[in-house]
Amino acid sequence: MTKAAYLLSLALIFSPALLADKVIHREKSLYRNILVTQRADRRCLAFSVKRQRRNQTCMNVRQPTKIVFPYVRMTFAGLLVNPKPRKVMMIGLGGGTITTVLTELYPDLEIDVVEVDEAVVRVAEEYFGFRATEKTNVIVQDGRVFTRRAALRGETYDYIILDAYTGDYIPEHLMTHEFLSDIRDLLTPDGIVVANTFALSDLYDHESVTYASVFGDFLNLKVPGTGNRIIVAGKGTLPERSVLAAEANRLGPRLEPYSVDLLNLLSYLDRNIDWDTTSRPLTDQFSPANLLRGR
Amino acid sequence: MSESTTRLVNWAVFGLAFTSGFIIMSIELLGGRILAPYFGSSIYVWGSIITVFMVALSVGYLAGGHLSMMNPRLGRYGYFFLAAAVTAVPTIIFGDNLMDWVFLQVEDPRYGSLLAATLLFFVPTAILGMIAPYSVRLLVQESHHSGKVAGGLYFVSTLGSALGTLLTSFYFVLLFEINEILITMAVVLIVCFLIATLIDRLLAQ
Repeated sequence: MTKAAYLLSLALIFSPALLADKVIHREKSLYRNILVTQRADRRCLAFSVKRQRRNQTCMNVRQPTKIVFPYVRMTFAGLLVNPKPRKVMMIGLGGGTITTVLTELYPDLEIDVVEVDEAVVRVAEEYFGFRATEKTNVIVQDGRVFTRRAALRGETYDYIILDAYTGDYIPEHLMTHEFLSDIRDLLTPDGIVVANTFALSDLYDHESVTYASVFGDFLNLKVPGTGNRIIVAGKGTLPERSVLAAEANRLGPRLEPYSVDLLNLLSYLDRNIDWDTTSRPLTDQFSPANLLRGR
Repeated sequence: MSESTTRLVNWAVFGLAFTSGFIIMSIELLGGRILAPYFGSSIYVWGSIITVFMVALSVGYLAGGHLSMMNPRLGRYGYFFLAAAVTAVPTIIFGDNLMDWVFLQVEDPRYGSLLAATLLFFVPTAILGMIAPYSVRLLVQESHHSGKVAGGLYFVSTLGSALGTLLTSFYFVLLFEINEILITMAVVLIVCFLIATLIDRLLAQ
């Protein structure tokens, strides 16, 4: 082998290492391994490190308001159905991007953020610029426990975001008919729930049937190239496509600075029943969501 | 007792102890599922469940040991299985009402889950715990064999627990509802009671 070829092969072997993410924070919380990595301007939050690292959320540190992650952009499709949220409940904080953007868009918005892992709240604050404002309450509690207590207090929300599932683990008690019924009961008459969940595996059928059993029709957003899907469901009837299109045109410019293209998202939004309707719904009695996701 | 009847009793006791070990762990795992809709699935919920099962088993061991002093026989042994089946039934039927009540009384999910786990699982688990020391008594013929017999008994019942854990968490939850599994466990316990009673009657004749 010539020297040049030798050097070239060496460079090829080590080039991935040169491009690799730099770990800037690592901790074991009660629930997971938390990893914050950075490569150039892109800073990411990842849970569970062993096999594949699946990023929860990423941020451009130079332009923190630009949303980097496709699924995070996708969750804003909920605004097409309810463009004027006043009181939001969000289960699962992640890097806090969604909350931050929502408070920028709607300064008067009240948000209850429910996050089970205190360490995630700290990391979101320290590394992802998440700030709890006067109108943002961060509650460190299990989502199901919070939901029950909120119902007892007689609270209602017009916008509920479920972002509690990661690629590695689904809290199974947060994906059942009973849980979604409690969520539905917390909604105002025109309130909606926006769930960030999975587009693939057997779980897709079971989860879809479960949502249909609670909400009837719902909107489904799947963007090619992502394994995510967003479910938008409500208490009332969902608006017609023309209404959604008008809203996309109206709201579009306001969301552009965040790299959210509502018209593009709208083109992937549908209410087709593309799942096996004979699948068993998930209930508190039958909820092997993590096992179904592996199939 | 003749050698063949001894062998029959031994096989029955080992089989029944295996089954009780299986059922204890199966119920313990389902406990996590049962409490999650009320108290979440955080580490403290598992802490509550495991604590309650450990305390219940220790009380059961003590009580079972005492009961084995009083005219031990297979027929009486069978009643442990019947009692466990009967006391497990309210968990199935009234579990949700009970947890609703606890949820309203106790704000902190740690103590809520501890109280709920106690109310739901303490009694049947304690009764299942009585089976182990009583089994040793039924198996031991001579005192110098007692360690070997106890070792064999732990081996069998703990292996049962391992299998109960594995099958429940890998397969049962994927195939059945929680209540279906619990009802099946109760039925199996009643079958155990019938087997013990039947063999006891056969030997008495």
